[in-house]
Amino acid sequence: MSVAGPLLVLVAFAATLFLLSQPFWPGQAERAEEVDALRRADLEAAKVAKYREIRDAALDHDTGKLSDADWKPIDTRLRSEAVVILDELDGLAHVRGTRSAAGEELPGGAAIATGSDPASARDAARAGDLLETTDRVDAADPPPAR
Amino acid sequence: MDLLGRGLLVLALIVAVYGAVASLIGARRLKVAADGGPDATAFGALGGHGSAWVRSGRRAIYLVAVMTTVTFVLVEIIFIRTDLRFDVVASHSSTTTPLGYRMAAPWSSQEGSLLLWVWLLSLWSSLVVRLAGRRMADVVPWAQAVLLGLAAFFLFLSVFYSSPFRLSDTVPLEGEGLSPLLQYPSMMIHPPMLYSGYTLFAVPFAFAVGALAAGHVGSDWIRHTRRYALGAWLLLGIGIVLGSRWSYAELGWGGYWGWDAVENASLMPWIIGTAFIHSVMIQEKRGMLRTWNVSLILATGILCILGTFIVRSGIISSIHAFGSSTVGWQFLTLLAVMTGGSIALVTWRRGMLRSEHRIDSLLSREAIFLAGNVVLVLLVLVILWGTFFPLLTDVLTGEQRPWASSTWGWWVGPLALALVGLMGLGPLAAWRKTTRAQAWRQMRGPLAVGVLVLVAGTLLGGGGRVDVALALLFGGFVIGAVLQELQRGVRARRISTGEAFPIALPRLIGRNRRRYGGYLVHAGFAVLVLAVAASSAFKDTHRVHAKVGQEMKVGGYTLRYEGAIGDYRLKDQRIQKLIIGAKVGVFRGGKRVETIRPTREFFPSQNPADGPVGRFFNGEAATEVALDAGLTRDLWVAMQPDGDALVDVYSALDKKLKGTTAPFARGAELALGFVRLYAQRPAPVTFQVIVSPLVSWIWLGTLVMAFGALLAMWPAPDLQARRVRAKQKARIARDLGLAREQAS
Repeated sequence: MSVAGPLLVLVAFAATLFLLSQPFWPGQAERAEEVDALRRADLEAAKVAKYREIRDAALDHDTGKLSDADWKPIDTRLRSEAVVILDELDGLAHVRGTRSAAGEELPGGAAIATGSDPASARDAARAGDLLETTDRVDAADPPPAR
Repeated sequence: MDLLGRGLLVLALIVAVYGAVASLIGARRLKVAADGGPDATAFGALGGHGSAWVRSGRRAIYLVAVMTTVTFVLVEIIFIRTDLRFDVVASHSSTTTPLGYRMAAPWSSQEGSLLLWVWLLSLWSSLVVRLAGRRMADVVPWAQAVLLGLAAFFLFLSVFYSSPFRLSDTVPLEGEGLSPLLQYPSMMIHPPMLYSGYTLFAVPFAFAVGALAAGHVGSDWIRHTRRYALGAWLLLGIGIVLGSRWSYAELGWGGYWGWDAVENASLMPWIIGTAFIHSVMIQEKRGMLRTWNVSLILATGILCILGTFIVRSGIISSIHAFGSSTVGWQFLTLLAVMTGGSIALVTWRRGMLRSEHRIDSLLSREAIFLAGNVVLVLLVLVILWGTFFPLLTDVLTGEQRPWASSTWGWWVGPLALALVGLMGLGPLAAWRKTTRAQAWRQMRGPLAVGVLVLVAGTLLGGGGRVDVALALLFGGFVIGAVLQELQRGVRARRISTGEAFPIALPRLIGRNRRRYGGYLVHAGFAVLVLAVAASSAFKDTHRVHAKVGQEMKVGGYTLRYEGAIGDYRLKDQRIQKLIIGAKVGVFRGGKRVETIRPTREFFPSQNPADGPVGRFFNGEAATEVALDAGLTRDLWVAMQPDGDALVDVYSALDKKLKGTTAPFARGAELALGFVRLYAQRPAPVTFQVIVSPLVSWIWLGTLVMAFGALLAMWPAPDLQARRVRAKQKARIARDLGLAREQAS
């Protein structure tokens, strides 16, 4: 009878023990603060989903399914919800001493939109973030007023 | 080889059970830590931070994937080598089975199917936990436990009840071979597609359980598993259509859907999965239907297991005839646990599952989606009842009595038509509410297309039946709605960007893949419905008993039986199959269009009691249909030789060989001589000829659906990488400021 089969199973068993026990070795455990990182990942996903909702509502409006009166409050609500998500992302960035992706967009949009007002600058950056998800991202001019 | 295979299966089972337990401990530890409970040191021997347990559970998933992959490769090797020492090879393959089919033979057996199930599940599980990364940290451990629990169940069956590495008591000289019915190209990938669908649906199922267990019942788990649900829907759909195509081209009855128990088994989770994919949009948009959505995906997961159970248990008579199973009660136990657990979880979390909003108007997209959902669920209940009806009659009368095809049509037809109508309406309505005037403006164009299709169909002779007329009207309506949506979307984009049409169209679709992918699926389904309606309504079927030289007229064709075919195939000096067939000339308008060759193939049995010559006709047999498929119509011809005449001949030959030396070696020679003689002196045969229009459009519609689903699940370009012009930012910032002022 060949011993290769049982030997390979034994090797697989030893490798399994090694790999399954490794996360418990000293120095391998994750720190509790990584909860922030986990929360950030969830928020990033929520942000992308919210952007898509804004884009969908805009397309419904553009294709005539939503009137101006119906679309405006929906769009406003969705954008406000997006800002809440971005605010929380910013909060996590401050805790960890890093800048969020939204914050990185600050200079260009802020300067033109609001001069030196930091609050408006933040909104401008966030709006820019939102705009990146819309169909007009590569348009030469701003979207027409609705 | 057998020891290695068995050893790896046992090890994989141990790892899966460990991983499930570790994930549960990790989930509990993380929950306690998040709630401000004691730290890891308080847990004594089971200490360690929750995330360490979860990571260990995650590694268990990867390890199970590696082990089952190696095990599956080992099974493939024993099939490719036709190692008849293994029971599973001896009963499902043979030395005369072609290589391609030997490689596909594992999943024709129960042992191979169960291993395929757990192998695919472990691959998808590895993928989902890998891609999950740090997201949904509270839900993922529970999902890991569910996925590993399912894997442990199938590994348990493979280890204790249905091992592919069981050795035969006596090694046979030849295997029984793969059923000839399964020796068809699409059948090589049909089961892996179905099982990929089933196992992929396990991912959203596991995350739904995880979301309920963790109390994280918002839309996060839906966003995270949407692509898996779509992938499952796509692969299961492809599997169903491949089975349907096989039924049409191989089974010799001329139809593409027979409401067979095994067909229904895969259709039910696909339908409920369809409902889930639509209704989750309502939860994402409006925070509604949470209970409904978790119930749908839990039901889908349960139906996937039920489907596997129906196929593998053989409790209901089926054309697939896989026979009785050794794993019936185990599946019933799993189904009971899944059903009971699902009900308990939903009941426990009912407070959290309350909707944030109510439906504002019946003229809204969510109301139409919900109506469509209800129709889909009713459809599944009807199919479930019809599928298990024979079992009920078996209990009551001692005989399985399946529903007639007309009964299926009577129940399913109206629901399917209602569904197609709602499919057209859905994309035209806005979320929340649509005024009557807006609804009419949206509907009139598509309705005009529907009426046009109806008129065209009626002029071609299809308006006589109400169901066909409605299918034409609604099918056209859906296509019209999709075209209108595309046209309006492109127009809006052109107004805002000034792009030319050929640029605006792909960019519009590319940046709204989920929406337009979905519309494409609708269009494909409408094409499929129109094709089904047309091919059923205008089908021309004839059954003719004919001698050589005789002519038949069917659906505008004239067919002449011009000669008989008597042939055989050898493999390694052994008879692989005997072929008896007919050469048929096809004429249209007096001109020969082509010559077709429908045949009947006979595979030898290994039972000596069948006789030295008779055994070559008493094994399994398969009809090789002559199919001339076109865009406008299909010509489908099958032939059946006179069975009595065959029996008379081979019985006489067997009698002649009785008492002679080496009768089985001479029997093979006589069998070959007989088919050669048949070609010269054929007996009359029975032809079944079907001419049906637009069948090819069923497969084309399916392709469109598959393309749409792929488009909808394809990841969007990296949004964060895009740059935006400062002017645009400023404009939106100003809009946002105005909106805030208005809100305050």
